[in-house]
Amino acid sequence: MNLPAVRAIYRFEMARTFRTLTQSIVSPVLSTSLYFIVFGTAIGSRMGEIGGTSYGAFIIPGLIMLSLLNESISNASFGIYLPKWSGTIYELLSAPVSPLEAVLGYVGAASTKSVMLGLLILLTARFFVPYSILHPFWMVAFLLLTAVTFSSFGFIIGLWADDFQKLQVIPLMVVTPLTFLGGAFYSIGMLPPFWQKVALFNPVVYLISGFRWSFYGQSDVNVVLSAGMTVAFLLVCAVAIAWIFRTGYKLRS
Amino acid sequence: MTEQATPTPHAVSVRGISKTYKGGFQALKSIDLDIRRGEIFALLGPNGAGKTTLISIICGIVKPSAGTVSADGHDVLRDYRLTRAKIGLVPQELSTDAFETVWAAVRFSRGLFGRARDDRHIEKVLRDLSLWEKKDAKIMTLSGGMKRRVLIAKALAHEPSILFLDEPTAGVDVELRHDMWEMVRRLRATGVTVILTTHYIEEAEEMADRVGVITRGELILVEDKRALMRKLGKKQLSISLKSPIQALPQGLDEYALELADDGATITYTFDAQGEDTGIAVLLRKLGDRGVDFKDLHTLESSLEDIFVSLVRGTR
Repeated sequence: MNLPAVRAIYRFEMARTFRTLTQSIVSPVLSTSLYFIVFGTAIGSRMGEIGGTSYGAFIIPGLIMLSLLNESISNASFGIYLPKWSGTIYELLSAPVSPLEAVLGYVGAASTKSVMLGLLILLTARFFVPYSILHPFWMVAFLLLTAVTFSSFGFIIGLWADDFQKLQVIPLMVVTPLTFLGGAFYSIGMLPPFWQKVALFNPVVYLISGFRWSFYGQSDVNVVLSAGMTVAFLLVCAVAIAWIFRTGYKLRS
Repeated sequence: MTEQATPTPHAVSVRGISKTYKGGFQALKSIDLDIRRGEIFALLGPNGAGKTTLISIICGIVKPSAGTVSADGHDVLRDYRLTRAKIGLVPQELSTDAFETVWAAVRFSRGLFGRARDDRHIEKVLRDLSLWEKKDAKIMTLSGGMKRRVLIAKALAHEPSILFLDEPTAGVDVELRHDMWEMVRRLRATGVTVILTTHYIEEAEEMADRVGVITRGELILVEDKRALMRKLGKKQLSISLKSPIQALPQGLDEYALELADDGATITYTFDAQGEDTGIAVLLRKLGDRGVDFKDLHTLESSLEDIFVSLVRGTR
């Protein structure tokens, strides 16, 4: 294992985060805080409880997931796309670095940033809404698992994209709608029966449901199924990345 | 664990390498090439000849369609960890991490190639390349020439024993070019094998031990530079006449003579390696025929002349 390479990539990527602190951390925390103010405090105070949880507290896991998914994808995709775009990818391709080591460096850094961001949003939420965490261990586990899974997904997007538009299209056109429709602001049980069944085809439902369970012990789908779906998606991403590096797809001509 | 390779005199060995890109363009046609350990090898060729493709295959950036490459006796695909750790590459394009500082970029490269942190080595590399004063500067603020130095520093950060320089002095000023030549010589003195591609024949003539000429994906010649210049080089004697003449005098057919359009200069091309150049007899014969001269000078073909004639010859 080329550990110095993993460390170098990880540190390089983390340095980029701290260099662009406003864009990487402050901006997502600020925009999520606005959600807390509008939906949690202003509108939430006029809404009833959902499953015994105040609306403001109910949306916390969903809002954290919303940021976590977007930031994981954006961090990892940009991390690997930037060297492709600038041409510095030649260095990674000519270095004694295995696909696993490259993934550990890039996905590891992207996941770290996302988890940092998720925890910051969780702390920020404390200023607006009181909440409790019933299963802290599982909360952290879901946070980590989701960050790694979607950072891997972002890494694939970054490898696949050959322009900035492609880099944005999946997060904007697919992931954000799926997150909004995945129960970030409501319980799936509040939907009509037909749409409840349709919602089960949305993978984000499982993520938010599992994560919300770790907070309040209530979930839309079985928590084991939630964890299983997340792990399954992670495995799909891992296989896709392995295939990309093995075939050199969009990397080596 | 990889087996210890049999010692080989070759730093790089290329066997039957071909490359056909997806669109069907054949960039390389069954290239065989051995680079000797510790030499400076210049790969010459016109644009699109396949120089960068060949380098990229050796460095692992481009996949070959056929053939094998070994570095220090190890296959570059099977034993990529071993081979890539020994190879440094300075690409043709000025591809840099624009927002990073020089120091951070060079330190990153060392780590990427599996070497433990060594600030003293990085400092030495930066000082050798006159980059030390710029170590905390963001790369985007540097001039093109300084960026080229940064790329060289990055390639040297992991102490490679084989260094590829793809058009290293393209777009840099004369002073920097000479600095780089000096640096390459210093590297060679420490045992580093240097392979450079260049458009500047002067560069190859100045530095290379051996020269390879590639055109249209084919390696048409590999030769010791001095031997090549001896073998293919020509010498010419230019005779400036006191008075212009209408035509070459009779009885001098045995000499390869050319009369300039203005009739004021005769050029004699002769074998520089021959025991008798025939100059003395020619001058006497010219005098006998009433052709007096006011000045003489000799010209020797440069590597550029040889290169141009070789490449033209394949068209």
